[in-house]
Parts: sequence; C-alpha cells; structure tokens
Amino acid sequence: MIVVNNLVKNFGSLEVLKGISERVKPQEVVCIIGPSGSGKSTFLRCLNLLETPTSGDITIDGKSITDPKNDINKIREEVGMVFQRFNLFPHMTTLQNITLAPMKVKGLSQKEAEERAHNLLIKVGLTDKAHVYPDSLSGGQQQRVAIARALAMYPKIMLFDEPTSSLDPEMVGEVLAVMKDLAGEGMTMVVVTHEMGFAREVGDRVLFIDEGIIVEQGTPAQIFSDAQNERTRAFLSKIL
Amino acid sequence: MEHLIKVLPQLLRGAVITVEITSLSVFFGMLIGLFMGLGKLSKNPLFKLPAVIYVDFIRGTPLFVQILLFYYGIPNLVFQYTGNPFNIEPMIAAVVVCSLNSGAYVAEIFRAGIQSIERGQMEAARSLGMNHSQAMRYIILPQAFKRIVPPLGNEFIVLLKDTSLLAVIGVIELTQSGRLYVASTYAAFPAYIGVALVYLVMTLSISRLVDWTERRLGVSDRRE
Repeated sequence: MIVVNNLVKNFGSLEVLKGISERVKPQEVVCIIGPSGSGKSTFLRCLNLLETPTSGDITIDGKSITDPKNDINKIREEVGMVFQRFNLFPHMTTLQNITLAPMKVKGLSQKEAEERAHNLLIKVGLTDKAHVYPDSLSGGQQQRVAIARALAMYPKIMLFDEPTSSLDPEMVGEVLAVMKDLAGEGMTMVVVTHEMGFAREVGDRVLFIDEGIIVEQGTPAQIFSDAQNERTRAFLSKIL
Repeated sequence: MEHLIKVLPQLLRGAVITVEITSLSVFFGMLIGLFMGLGKLSKNPLFKLPAVIYVDFIRGTPLFVQILLFYYGIPNLVFQYTGNPFNIEPMIAAVVVCSLNSGAYVAEIFRAGIQSIERGQMEAARSLGMNHSQAMRYIILPQAFKRIVPPLGNEFIVLLKDTSLLAVIGVIELTQSGRLYVASTYAAFPAYIGVALVYLVMTLSISRLVDWTERRLGVSDRRE
C-alpha cells in the first residue's frame, strides 16, 4: 500500500530523515513512536507531501508520489490526514467542514455530501453537532470532526499525526475509540503517537524512530516487552 | 454661520464627487490589492517581482506626486513620443491614481492577513485534495478577510481624506468646493470648517460601518 524507499529529508543543513525504507501493507495499522524531534512527524508528513522529500521515493497504492508527473492532489484525495491541532476550518460549521472537500474536489452534490457527512457523524458520535462552529466543540469533539472530515473523501489510507497530544486527558479515550473502530473496519493507518496503550492494543506493527532512522520495528509485543535495541529500551523505560 | 449655511449645498455637491471617487477607488483598489497581495506571496518571480516593484513604488512616493505624474506627466510623455496632444479626464485620472495608490496599501493588508492564518489551515485543505487556489478561495481568504476588515476600513478612511489632494488637477471634490467658495467670498473660516465637518461625518460613518461589518463577520469567531 505504501512503499518508502531510502527517504531523506533535510531542513537546510539539518538532516531530519536519514534514509528511511518501509512498507505498509493494506489494512495494516502501523504506529510510530519515538522521542520528540526524532523525525517521526516529518516522516508522516512526507507520506502526503506536506513535506517534500529531499531524496528517495514514496509509492502509494502503486503510484509514485515523488514523481513530479503525478498529480499530488489526486493522490492526496486517497490519503486522509488528522493533525495534532485538529485544524478544523473555524469559519465553517461541522457539516460544512465535512462536506466542503467532497463537493469541491470530488464534485459531489450538496445532498450527496451531506448524506455522507451525516453517516460519518453517526460514526464519530456527533450527529447533534452538525450545525455548530468548531469553537463551541471540545478538543475531543473537534478531533472527531477532523477524522470525519478526512474520512469523507473515502481515503484508502489514514495518517494520524499525534492525534491526541493536544487533548485534555479525559478526551483522549473518545478519539482513540473512533480510531480503534476505524482500524477494526480494515482501514490502513499510520499513526504517530505517544499513546502506548493504543499502539499495543490496536497496532499491527510499531516503528521506533530516533534521529531520523527506524531504529527498531516489530509487533507491539516485540517492541514493548522484548526490545532489542538499547535506544528503544531507554526510550520505553522513560515513558512506560 | 450665514456663510456656513450658504456654502453647505456647494460642499455637499463636492462631497458627492469625493464619495464617488473614493468608492470606485476602494473597489478597484481591493481588486488590485488582492492580486498584488497574492503576487507578493507567490513563489513565482513572474508574479512576485511586478507586485513587489508596484507596492514599493506606490508606497515610496507621495500620492501628490503620483497625481501630478499621471495627470501631467503621462500626457507630456505621450506628446513627446507621438507628437499628438493627449489629455486625460480629471475624474478618470483621479480614480486611476487613487485605485493604484490604494491597491498598494491594500496589497500589504491582504498579504499580512493571509500570512496571519495558521499554516495548519492550508495543510488541512491541501491534505483533503484541494489545490492551492481552492484552499485559498474557500479556506484562507474567507478567514483572512475577517481579520483585515479593521485595517481595510482604516485604509479607506485615509483614502477618502487623501482625495483632497485631487484639487490640484481641478477635480471639484469636497476640498476644492470649499476653496472655490473662499475664492469668491473670502469667507475662509466658515468654508473650511464646513469642509472639515463634512469630512468628519463621512469618516465617522465609515468607521461605524467597519465596526458593524466586523461584528457581523465575527459570528463564527470566539464567542467566549
């Protein structure tokens, strides 16, 4: 589903990703953990070209996204993204947030888009919030709307960039529950997270990224109970 | 007082011209400003360079000089090169110069407004498959516009007052109406205090209108 080959990303003279190669299979849930500044978010953001890789290539569903000939907007339609800070459109209601892209990008009629949005709002449990603006929603509710907004494009892959890191602790659960449902439905997901419980329970595979490389990867059981690498163990001992 | 009452109809006729020039220039200035503002933000030098030069030139020279240059300078230049006499209607010159002048300031306001929108908004829009123009049109500009209403209102007030400089090319706007009255009556104080008061009424109206627009657009903004 996602094939990454020797991905390098520099910011000026700072080398953030130092050659990452990785494959994500269809329906797989891959959780990325690692210390802050390790490059894990940058890696995720390269997967839909919010960051332009310095070198290396990325193929999504058979199409190279690093090939400038391919239309990145078309590819982005199939890759949903959920951000740490939600990034809902504050001048639009929940419903408008969800229907905008399907209407403008996919050409759905308002009726079709609203039907789609309504079903997604049921899925994230927010049908009663369709007509309110984001600023009257709690953080957890905003993030659930953001997930519904991304899902409204019917993506094949969902990327999550620390989706619970700016939430108050009591709201983390409701967002993780939605993500867990999504994983249960067979969505291919790449999740940068500090929620080790989620990674352990929902993840098929865990990648530990540090200083721009994948230091270690394996099943949650392997990583959390039987890490081979010293840096992985040191990181896990600090957070578990 | 007697003079003030006598001068008023004449001043109001001038005020109508002032309002006409200002409204047309605000309209064209907004259009120019939007495109030049986007141009300044563009990575493509083909769009960026003209916008930068335009804004620098307009903001770096006095409006008074711009009026003289356009109304007297351009016809002179045309005459030099073609040998044909060439004149520009004062009203047209007025609207063109004021639009170009206002456009440069509005461009900076738009640029600042667009840049004030968090990067995450553009990223969220792009991640949904929208192209750059769609993201600008549906996500960035509506939010930016809300934020730039106060500085835009300010710019319009400045522009309205600056149209008084058009007296130099014989446009009988508000200030020139006052001057003409003084020329025939020598009643300088009543005429000019009248002129000042009419400007004040107009500028205060604009600022009330701006306050109202700001409140109305604010519905989806922080209400706590």
